[in-house]
Amino acid sequence: MIAHQRDENPAGIHLPLDPLPGHSSRGRLERVLRRGEFAVTTELNPPDSADPEDVYNRAKIFDGWVDAINAVDASGANCHMSSVGICALLTRMGYAPIMQIACRDKNRIAIQGDVLGGAAMGVANMLCLTGDGVQAGDQPGAKPVFDLDSMSLLETCRIMRDNGKFLSGRKLTTPPQIFLGAAVNPFAPPFDFRPIHLGKKIAAGAQFVQTQYCFDVPMFKNFMQKARDLGHTEKVFTLCGVGPLASAKTAKWIRNNVPGIHIPDAIIKRLEGAQDQKKEGKQLCIDIINEVKEIPGISGVHVMAYRQEEYVAEIVDESGVLKGRQPWKREIRRDDQMVADRLGHILHDEITETQVDMVKTAH
Amino acid sequence: MSETVPVKDGPGVIQPVTQATLVKKAAPKSDYKPADVSPQRRVQRSFAVRLWSIRHSRLLEWFYSRFADMFLLLHPLWKGIGYGRVEAPIKFVEKRVKGFMFDCRMCGQCVLSSTGMSCPMNCPKQLRNGPCGGVRANGNCEVEPDMPCVWVKAWEGSQNMVHGDKILDVQKPVDQSLRETSAWLRVTAQAATAREAAQAPKTGASA
Repeated sequence: MIAHQRDENPAGIHLPLDPLPGHSSRGRLERVLRRGEFAVTTELNPPDSADPEDVYNRAKIFDGWVDAINAVDASGANCHMSSVGICALLTRMGYAPIMQIACRDKNRIAIQGDVLGGAAMGVANMLCLTGDGVQAGDQPGAKPVFDLDSMSLLETCRIMRDNGKFLSGRKLTTPPQIFLGAAVNPFAPPFDFRPIHLGKKIAAGAQFVQTQYCFDVPMFKNFMQKARDLGHTEKVFTLCGVGPLASAKTAKWIRNNVPGIHIPDAIIKRLEGAQDQKKEGKQLCIDIINEVKEIPGISGVHVMAYRQEEYVAEIVDESGVLKGRQPWKREIRRDDQMVADRLGHILHDEITETQVDMVKTAH
Repeated sequence: MSETVPVKDGPGVIQPVTQATLVKKAAPKSDYKPADVSPQRRVQRSFAVRLWSIRHSRLLEWFYSRFADMFLLLHPLWKGIGYGRVEAPIKFVEKRVKGFMFDCRMCGQCVLSSTGMSCPMNCPKQLRNGPCGGVRANGNCEVEPDMPCVWVKAWEGSQNMVHGDKILDVQKPVDQSLRETSAWLRVTAQAATAREAAQAPKTGASA
């Protein structure tokens, strides 16, 4: 008998898990959240290449530290490998991807097709986003689509899942089983509308939300207080977005150039005052995680370490948010190992066998 | 999320630069450089009237409800002439009036009374359900840095309105087949149908 990990299908790591009552997806992330465990998600930096190994190598460094990996959909309106493609690769290897869907590049016909295709590949989580404007990216001349917005996209996915229908009303033979996510930014105006806006997203179908980078904990506490007063935190799992800043200079640059990210002066002062700014940025991230994990209504953190992915494991480890729990980790199973041991020579030994040679050796 | 490319800027100093900046720098140099704004914004250069309408959202809400009642009263007239035939002149007026007051984009499915009299089609992403996450700290748009965010204004406008809580309704995706049609006539015809449907059982019971 082969021992398998919790939240793993014994028949194969790439297969969906058994359905559980009250769960809308057959994925690992929903199980972790519904069990009440503190979840950790992260973001995979999408490769600019057609090599699947690039995706596997980038996913490997998160092994055993995160519950789900966001497959970004051309973030910042820059071209990269598509989120559908990344999800196809990740699900093959048993990872739990969160497929991001942005409204910038696809109309409702393409999006509904991708939702079905993603769900068929075993993607259990989908994150519905509006997406950055094309002006922000490397192709400012592209046609912005924005046929749906994040809210109507959430509703579309919810209708497909719960009513088993396309937006047009045409029936699906097998509806997608997905856990729906949304993004919220508590750090951009209009501040008093943001908690109400979260309520609107919940009404449209959001089951979990990931927030924008949190650097201003008092502001976030204020937002969560309002969300709790409105009763939103009981209906949605909130994952707070965090990440390490590489230096004070980067922080200033992000503040001035990336809309929607709010970095208070105190943070920049703290980075400037440090000997090793990179280390201080990591420590700052850990401190923020330790503060936000105590806020009632927070179910996890979303660690975004763009171009510093190797720090994710350290940040998660040093902040101790997992409390000794180990998320699913890709391991070589005993039967795979047996095959590798016995037949590895076919792959690794440099033998070129031709039929003529085989006949010669047989005699 | 930030998407930066480190570029060597002097010895050992790494200066982050956006892809968009690199693309702009690589563009061919010429004398005519159109302003770096979206085509939509190029057509519309001032927001004074739009912002006045949002400040007076309560007045406009009151006025519109009277106006809609009047249109509904005229339903027999529209029906008599034929909705198809009156569409062209009504649309001509509607396009200019709403264009002047709200910078209307003629989506044909007006939601002004649910969005604090701020037209959501003026948002570069055409969001109809609330602001995106990119609103600048000063309340301006992330795509058009000198334009106040349509949704920040919508929230302000809806606070003044009697039925301002309609901003909480989740709006359906835009039906692109209704572009360049009259929202006034559509709303009137729908209201007339609803009125007839409400009256039908009553007459049925009395007969």
